[in-house]
Amino acid sequence: MSKFELNRRSLIKSGAAIGAGLALPTIFTSSARAYLNEPKGSTVTLGFNVPQTGPYAEEGLDELRAQELAVQHLNGEGDGGMINTFSSKALKGNGILGKKVQFVTGDTQTKSDAARASAKSMIEKDGAIMINGGSSSGVAVAVQGLCQEAGVIFMAGLTHANDTTGKDRKANGFRHFFNAYMSGAALAPVLAKEYGNERRAYHLTADYNWGWTQQESIQKATEALGWQTVENVLTPLASTDFSSYIAPVLNSGADVLVLNHYGGNMVNSLTNAIQFGLLDKMVDGKQFEIVVPLYSELMAAGAGANVRGVFGSMNWNWQLQDEGSKAFVKSFGEKYGRPPSNSAHTCYVQTLLYADACERAGTFDPCGVVEALEGFEFDGLGNGPTLYRAEDHQCFKDVLVMKGKENPTNEYDTLEIVEVTPVEQVTYPPNHPMFGGDEATLGTCNSGA
Amino acid sequence: MLGLSKKDTTFLLIVIILTLATPILLQPFPENSALAQFNAGYPDLMQRFAIFGIFAIGFNILFGLTGYLSFGHAAFLGVGSYSVVWMYKLLSYNVVPGLILAIVVSGLFALLIGYISLRRSGIYFSILTLAFAQMSFNLAYSVLTPLTNGETGLQVYLNDPQVLMDESSPTSPHFFGIVMNESVKLDVGGWLFTFSNGYYFCAIIAIIVFYLSMRIFRSPFGIMLRAIKTNQTRMNYTGLNPRPYTLAAFVISGMYAGLAGGLLAAMDPLAGAERMQWTASGEVVLMTILGGAGTLMGPVLGAGFIKYFENIFSKINDNILHTWFAALPDGIEDAIVFLIHPFIGKGWHLTLGLMFMLVVIFLPGGLIEGGSRIWNAVTGKNRRKKHDAEHHPKPAPHVS
Amino acid sequence: MDAIILQVLNGLDKGSAYALIALGLTLIFGTLGVVNFAHGALFMLGAFCAVTLQKILSLSFTVEDPTQKDFLGNPLKVDTPYVVSWFGDATGNAILNWSVPLAILFAIPVMLLVGYVMERGLIKHFYKRPHADQILVTFGLAIVIQEIVKYFYGANPIPTPAPDAFRGSVDFGVMIGFAENQIIYPYWRLIYFLFSAAIIGAVFAFLRFTTFGMVVRAGMADRETVGLLGINIDKRFTIMFGIAAAVAGLAGVMYAPINSPNYHMGMDFLVLSFVVVVVGGMGSLPGAVLAGFLLGVLESFASMNEVKSILPGIDQIIIYLVAIIILLTRPRGLMGRRGVMEE
Repeated sequence: MSKFELNRRSLIKSGAAIGAGLALPTIFTSSARAYLNEPKGSTVTLGFNVPQTGPYAEEGLDELRAQELAVQHLNGEGDGGMINTFSSKALKGNGILGKKVQFVTGDTQTKSDAARASAKSMIEKDGAIMINGGSSSGVAVAVQGLCQEAGVIFMAGLTHANDTTGKDRKANGFRHFFNAYMSGAALAPVLAKEYGNERRAYHLTADYNWGWTQQESIQKATEALGWQTVENVLTPLASTDFSSYIAPVLNSGADVLVLNHYGGNMVNSLTNAIQFGLLDKMVDGKQFEIVVPLYSELMAAGAGANVRGVFGSMNWNWQLQDEGSKAFVKSFGEKYGRPPSNSAHTCYVQTLLYADACERAGTFDPCGVVEALEGFEFDGLGNGPTLYRAEDHQCFKDVLVMKGKENPTNEYDTLEIVEVTPVEQVTYPPNHPMFGGDEATLGTCNSGA
Repeated sequence: MLGLSKKDTTFLLIVIILTLATPILLQPFPENSALAQFNAGYPDLMQRFAIFGIFAIGFNILFGLTGYLSFGHAAFLGVGSYSVVWMYKLLSYNVVPGLILAIVVSGLFALLIGYISLRRSGIYFSILTLAFAQMSFNLAYSVLTPLTNGETGLQVYLNDPQVLMDESSPTSPHFFGIVMNESVKLDVGGWLFTFSNGYYFCAIIAIIVFYLSMRIFRSPFGIMLRAIKTNQTRMNYTGLNPRPYTLAAFVISGMYAGLAGGLLAAMDPLAGAERMQWTASGEVVLMTILGGAGTLMGPVLGAGFIKYFENIFSKINDNILHTWFAALPDGIEDAIVFLIHPFIGKGWHLTLGLMFMLVVIFLPGGLIEGGSRIWNAVTGKNRRKKHDAEHHPKPAPHVS
Repeated sequence: MDAIILQVLNGLDKGSAYALIALGLTLIFGTLGVVNFAHGALFMLGAFCAVTLQKILSLSFTVEDPTQKDFLGNPLKVDTPYVVSWFGDATGNAILNWSVPLAILFAIPVMLLVGYVMERGLIKHFYKRPHADQILVTFGLAIVIQEIVKYFYGANPIPTPAPDAFRGSVDFGVMIGFAENQIIYPYWRLIYFLFSAAIIGAVFAFLRFTTFGMVVRAGMADRETVGLLGINIDKRFTIMFGIAAAVAGLAGVMYAPINSPNYHMGMDFLVLSFVVVVVGGMGSLPGAVLAGFLLGVLESFASMNEVKSILPGIDQIIIYLVAIIILLTRPRGLMGRRGVMEE
C-alpha cells in the first residue's frame, strides 16, 4: 500500500479538487423553485398524515381508505365518486393540473410531536405539497402550525376544537369539519325540544383543550334555552375508569349528564354511566338522560348497545340521502365493503376541495390555493351548500344531530339522523369570543419560497 | 489531544467525521430509485438522530455508569422544550437564550428530583423518578395549561411580546441570523443531499457533549460513578459517600436531557406535553439498553435505530410494496405484499418490538456488541478474545 | 356520608384490578426475579379471551333477506349464530349472553399455557441477565403481543357486555340502612370486587396451605438452599409463572364488561401496576394487594368534587404523589423485604 502523506501543499491541492468537483454538478435546487416542493415532473405528491398506531388507529385507517379513494377518483380511476356531484366542474379526472396524483402516508400516533415529525418527513423527504388527515385537535393545531411555517397547505381531517379555526387559525390551514360551537348550537334546540327547557345538566369534561371548548360551547347553548348547569367536573385524559366521576351524579340533583369526551374516553365514560343505570332513573319526575356532544361511528361501535337513545352531533353520516353522499357511500362501500365514517368523509372531501382549488387557481402555489379556497361556495359534497369562510378558513354547512338507534339492524347501523340543523343556526361571527375574539388572525399565506 | 488518550482521540475524530458526513452517509440510494424510501438524510430525521443521541448520551452518564435507572428523564426533555419556546415568546427567535435557560432550568429541576429520589435505590428510585415525571406530564397537560398551552403545545403567537424582535429578525428559530430550517440542497448524479443549518447546529452541539461525556467517562469522577454501580456498600466502607456523586451524575444527565429538549424546540418551535410522558422516558431507556448501556457510542446507535424505525418504517405502505415487487408475477407479488404487510406502515410497532427482542436475545451487549462482533470478525480478533464475562455470567450450579 | 361510601366502593373496585395485576407481577418478581413489562399485555390477553369466546360463540352463517336492504341497496345479509340454530333461540341466546362468565373457563387454560410458553420459551433465558435486559425483552414482547391482537381485532374497543342478569345497578344503600336511591352501585362491579377477593384468597391459600405453595415460598426466600435440598424449584417456578399469567388473565376477563377491551389497555395499566407493586414493597404479596386497594380508594376520593375544588388537578397526580410520600417515609414500600431489587 502506498504511503499517504499529508502536507499543506497536497491538502490545498486536494481541497481545490474537491471544491471543483462539488461545484460542477451543483444545482441549488431550492432557488430554482417558485414555491416549496413545486411539482416539476408529471406527478404531484400529497401527504396523508393519519393516526396508524394508538387509540385512534381505526379512525386513521378509515381516513386513509377515503384518501386513497379520493386519489383514485382524481386520477380518473373508479366511478369518480363525488367528482360527479360536485358543483365545481374544474376536476376532469386527469390528476391535478394534468399531473398524476401520488401520495405518501405517515403515522401521527395522535401525538403532536410525532405528527409534526411525520409531516416534516413528507415535506422534506417526499416533497409533499399538501398535508391532509388527523383525528385530534391537538395534532391538527400542531401540524397546521408546521405547514404554515414550512409553506404548504394543510387540509385538516377530524378536528373539532374551536381553536383550530379560532385562536390557532392559520392562513395555510383549512377545516371542513364542524366544531364544538356548532355542536352546541345544533344540539341545544333539539335537546330542549326533547327534554324540555327545565333541565339541570351535569358535565363531565375531558381535561384538555378540546374538552374545555366543547363544554363551554354546549353549556352556553343550553343555558340560553333555560337549562341550568349543576356542575362541571374535569376528568384526566388518562382515565380509563370513570366510575368515581359518575357515582356522584345521581345525588347531585342533575337530570342530564353531558359527556364531553371523545374516543376511548367517551366509550368508557358512556359504558360506565350505563352501568350505573343512570338512564333507568327518574329525578323529580323527569327521566334521566345522557348526551354525547360529538359522535363518531367508531365510538358508537365501541360503546355497542350503550349508545341507544343517546343524543349527539356529527359532521356527516352515510345515511344522508343527497346525491353526493350516495355517490360517495357507493364507491367507498363497493371498494371496502363498509360505509365510510364521518372522518373518512371529511378527508375525502378535503382532498377533492384542494385539488379543485389548484385547478381553479391554475397553480399549486399555496398562496394561489388559499385565494381560491377563501370564500369558496360549493355544493354536492354531502352537506348541502357550503361556504369556506375567508376570515377563518372554517366551512359553514348543515350539522347533523344524531341519536343512538334503538334497534340496529346491522353493525354499521348504530346511529340515526334526528335533525339536519340548517347552516344559519350554527353560524357565528369570525371574531366570536370563543374563537379568539378580535385578536385571532390568519396571518399571511406562506409559500415557502 | 484535548486531554484524551490517543485511542480516544482517534475515536472522537471518527465520530466527528461520521457526524459531519451524516447528510451524505444517510442518503445511500439515488432519488427516484425504489430504495430511496430507506434514505434517512432529510433534515428533520437527522436532527432527531442528533438530538435523541444527546438525550441518550446524557441518560447513559447516569444509567450506564451508576446503574441508577431513571424512568422519568422525559420530564427534563419537556422542561427544556418549554424553556426555549418561552424565550421565543418573550425575547426573540434566537435560540441561545432559550438553550441556556433550558440547561439551567432542567438542571435545577433535576437537582430537586434527584435530591429526593436518590434517597432510595434500585426499583424504588426508578418509581420515584417515574412518579415525578408523570406528575409533571399530567399537570402540564391540564392544570398548568396557562404555562404549557396543554394538549395543543406551547407555541409562538403573533401577539406575543418578543421584545428583542425587530423588522429584520428572522421569524423562525435562528442562531444569530443563521436560520435553522434553511438548507442547501446538492444534486449529484441522482443523489440529492440536504445540508441543513439546523442539523449542523445540533451536530456540533452533539459532538461537544459527546466529547464532554467522554471526558466524564475517563475522569476520576467517572471511575467513582462506576464504583457506585459495582459495589455501593464497599464504597461506603471506604469512607466515601456515594450520594453527592450520583446526584451530580443525575443533574448532569438531566441537563443533557434539558439541552436535548431545548434543541427539539430550537429545530421546531413547538413544545408538547407528550414529551414528558412515561413513554418518552421509557424510550430513552430502551435506546440506551438497545444500543449498549455503559458504552460511549451505544446509546447514540440505539437512539438512531428507534427513530429510524419510527420515521421510515411507519411510512412504507402497500402501494410502495407493490411498486417494489411489481416485477414479480401477480400472484407472487400479492403473496409477498401480504406477508410483509403486517410489519410496515401501521405495523411498524410490531417490527420494532421484534427487533427489541432479537437484539436483546442475540446481542446481550446491545447494538454496539453487534458492531464489535462484526469488527472483530473482519479483523480476526474474535479468535483470540474470550467472550466478555460481564455479558455472559457463569450459570449458577444447576441442582435438581 | 353516602358520597364517601360510594367512593369507597369505587376505590375497592378499581383497587381490585390493581391488586390482581400487582399480585401477578409480584409473584413473578418474587419467584423468578424478573421485571415483567409484558404483564399488562397478559391482562389485555385475558380481556381478549372474553372477546374471542364471544366471537367464537357468535360464529354465524349468513342468509340473504331480500325484503331488507343494506347500505348499498343490496339484499341485507342476516347473520344467525350457529349456537342459536343448534340449541334453539332461548338456549342459544342465553349461551351468547353468558359469554363473559363462560370465558373464565376458556381463559384459565389459555392463560396458563401462554404463561408456560412465555416462561419456557423466553423468560427462562433471562434469569441471570441484568434487569435492564429483562425490561427490554419483555417490553418488546408486550409490543408484539399488542400488535398481534391489533392485527386481528383492530384498534377500536370491542363491546363485551355482561349477562343481562347482571346489567344495571343495585341499591346498595338500602342493604346497609340508607334511604332508597342514595347508594346505587352496578351489579357487575360488585361481582368484580367479590371475584377479585376470591382469587386473591385462593392464591394466598394455595401458597400457604399446600405443599407446593410451601416449597414455592421457601424458594422465594432462599432459592439455592431449596435447590440443594434436591427439589426441582425451576419447574415449580414455571408453574408459578403460569399461575401469575392466569391471575392477570382472569382480572382481564372480568374487566371486559366494565370497559370495552382494546389492544392497548395493558399499557394503560402497566405503569400503574408497577407503582402499586413498588408502593406495596418489592417481593411482598400482601403488600401488593394492600397497595392496590389503598391506591384505588385514594384515587377515588381524589376525584370527588369537594376535594377537586380545593386542590384542582389532584386526581391527575394523586397516585404518584402518594407513591412518593410512601416511598420517602417507608424505604421499602408498605411491606417490602430488604434487598429485593434495591441494587
